[in-house]
Amino acid sequence: MANTESTPQPTSKPSLPVVQNFTRRAAVKGAFATLGAGAFVAAVSPLRQAAKNTTAAEFMQQHYTELSPEQKADVIARLEAEAKEQYGADVQIADDRPIPGTKFVYAINLSVCNGNGKCVEACHKENNHDRDTNQSYIRVVEMPKGTMDMEKGSTTYTGTVPKDDKFYLPVQCQQCDEPPCVDVCPVKATWKEEDGIVVVDYNWCIGCRYCEAACPYHARRFNWKKPVVPAEEINPDQSYLSNRVRPVGVVEKCTYCLHRTRRGRLPACLEACPTGARVFGNILDKDSNIRWILENKRVYILKEELGTKPAFFYYFD
Amino acid sequence: MSSITAPPGENESHVTSYPRFLGRSLWLATEGSLAFYAWMTVLTALFLVGANAWANQVAGGMIGTNMTDHVSWGLYIANFTFMVGLAAGGVMMVIPAYLYRDRKMHDVVIIGELLAIAAIVMCLMFVIADLGRPDRFWHMMPVIGKFNFPISMLTWDVIVLNGYLLLNLHICGYLLYMRYLGRKPNPVWYVPFVMLSIVWAISIHTVTAFLYCGLGGRPFWNTALLAPRFLASAFVSGPAFIIVSMVLIKRVTGVGGLDQPIATLTKIVRVTILINLLMVTSELFTEFYTGGSHTSAAKYLFFGLHGKTALVPWIWTAIGLNITAALLLLWPGLLELRRRPLLVAACCMAFVGAWIEKGMGLIVPGFIPSTLHEIVEYVPSQLEWKVTVGIWAFGLMVFTIAIKTALPTLRHPAEH
Ligand code: SF4
Ligand code: SF4
Repeated sequence: MANTESTPQPTSKPSLPVVQNFTRRAAVKGAFATLGAGAFVAAVSPLRQAAKNTTAAEFMQQHYTELSPEQKADVIARLEAEAKEQYGADVQIADDRPIPGTKFVYAINLSVCNGNGKCVEACHKENNHDRDTNQSYIRVVEMPKGTMDMEKGSTTYTGTVPKDDKFYLPVQCQQCDEPPCVDVCPVKATWKEEDGIVVVDYNWCIGCRYCEAACPYHARRFNWKKPVVPAEEINPDQSYLSNRVRPVGVVEKCTYCLHRTRRGRLPACLEACPTGARVFGNILDKDSNIRWILENKRVYILKEELGTKPAFFYYFD
Repeated sequence: MSSITAPPGENESHVTSYPRFLGRSLWLATEGSLAFYAWMTVLTALFLVGANAWANQVAGGMIGTNMTDHVSWGLYIANFTFMVGLAAGGVMMVIPAYLYRDRKMHDVVIIGELLAIAAIVMCLMFVIADLGRPDRFWHMMPVIGKFNFPISMLTWDVIVLNGYLLLNLHICGYLLYMRYLGRKPNPVWYVPFVMLSIVWAISIHTVTAFLYCGLGGRPFWNTALLAPRFLASAFVSGPAFIIVSMVLIKRVTGVGGLDQPIATLTKIVRVTILINLLMVTSELFTEFYTGGSHTSAAKYLFFGLHGKTALVPWIWTAIGLNITAALLLLWPGLLELRRRPLLVAACCMAFVGAWIEKGMGLIVPGFIPSTLHEIVEYVPSQLEWKVTVGIWAFGLMVFTIAIKTALPTLRHPAEH
């Protein structure tokens, strides 16, 4: 029964005892397997470099929402030490939590915004963005007057602003109330907090970039490389869920500067805006400026038809 | 001595005989002619190049790829999507074999099931290659990680893909093991799983389509036709690949009884390729006749937008290949034995056509123009190509070994 089914083997001589043949072939196969395994180890040796940058503690770290206060303190101490070691900067990383009774909302007066891009720059500095790629959470679209179709806009405009026939539309994370980015994340690395801010646990994100594909406002950024920020330019005033220097390979986004706003300050982009086009505040506060604008101006939201329910409004005077 | 049939002692338990079966299979699968060793050596070398490129990508960050925040998925996810289709395509052998009781197909249906295994392994590798933090892979595992089920479609995909892998491993493993024991397979132990695998095959590609078509912010993907289109093209690429494999298997190993299954599969592709073209036409009509800014991605893909035309050559190549393949397949003479090279050529065209259409022609234009209507183009980097080739080489190795393991079964189909 056996031989009829065998593959023809030119090397096996019928006179040789089967066992001897077997051992020889086994030895040859073993040698090849060892060779292959050795070559594989050599091929993936750059991984050793990567492994050195990930400590065991970081590897084992649990999801942000599952850390006990002691664990959080340990994590933060570790991150501060890493900032010192890798960037040479003394930073303070806080764990700012939402203030009960707040729901942050942003609005921009498009009649006033003149496209100077100071907000883009302020974000870049405030949030310790990678210097090489000139990263920022804000993009300003230069739009021809007379259309709302972003297809007609340009984000790479140059020259003196404002131009007569244009208006300017700054876009950043809209902190959607129905955020598609949160829905798609396979590991719950991104979620919406009680004050409306959508955050990312940079130590839990696996870098699949599904959220980047899902966001309709181009609000998310991926760390394609380890961010480079000179020690003297690092903003030391940081928070775990916002502007601490991000690890490589994870996604990040605008957090309405929660390390400022949850401490009663205004977002960096608003403070930098020379025209006063930006208004920020707590919509639950009846006396707030933002509340007055939403009640009295004709505001609109971007891509309303998608049902993402942005907490970010635009209006004209 | 090379038979896989080596009945163990009467009372031997599966605990000892199953590992013995695995060892025996591995031994046999690594036996072969010089050509076989040369083929495996080339694949190993390519795989090592890919492994090295991937290790560099992990060490240096994904900046080594040409993906950007605008086009945040590229060649890896394109290949992933295509491989899911290939895995599902094997079902086009299972359906005739088990639902229509096509005996000849039944004898060789294991080829389709083994292809599914190799393809799913490749899928998983492409997903890992695309992760920014592969070291955090465990975050995605149920129980120890944080699994966003059932909201995230990606978690569904993880479940259906791994489920499909297990199903096919079980079916193939069981049949080959019974063969090794010299016993008749008990239908109770595999037929229900085969039936389940038919439904499951449809599900893996449907869920994969849902990954994309559920995103409202990407009008190019946001169409109800996406899942059916995925299936139609899967039922082109899967059978096309199997036809080519069977022609090769027949030549290299002399296994008989393959001509009739080849004819059946050719007849299937003849229809599915037309259905696929019909769906593409319907999609294009809707896009272009309606017009408006929803059409920009399609315009970019087919004609270029604002002078940017990186994808135009790709898509027209795909269309050309698909139409030529469709015309060839419509010709009855293609099935004649002496026209085998032409049949193989037609299948290769259909295969490559589907690969482009689903990859560079579907994943990439979803991102161009971006959600803020910026046009940032994407061409895969050398590193991405290396990793991709490496994964393909590994997949082919798995497939080759699997087919070798199954050769005795293919030569002498058991009476079941
Ligand atoms: S704008 Fe984008 S990133 Fe921000 S919450 Fe909405 S979907 Fe998420
Ligand atoms: S990239 Fe990170 S945050 Fe975004 S979906 Fe993937 S795991 Fe979640």
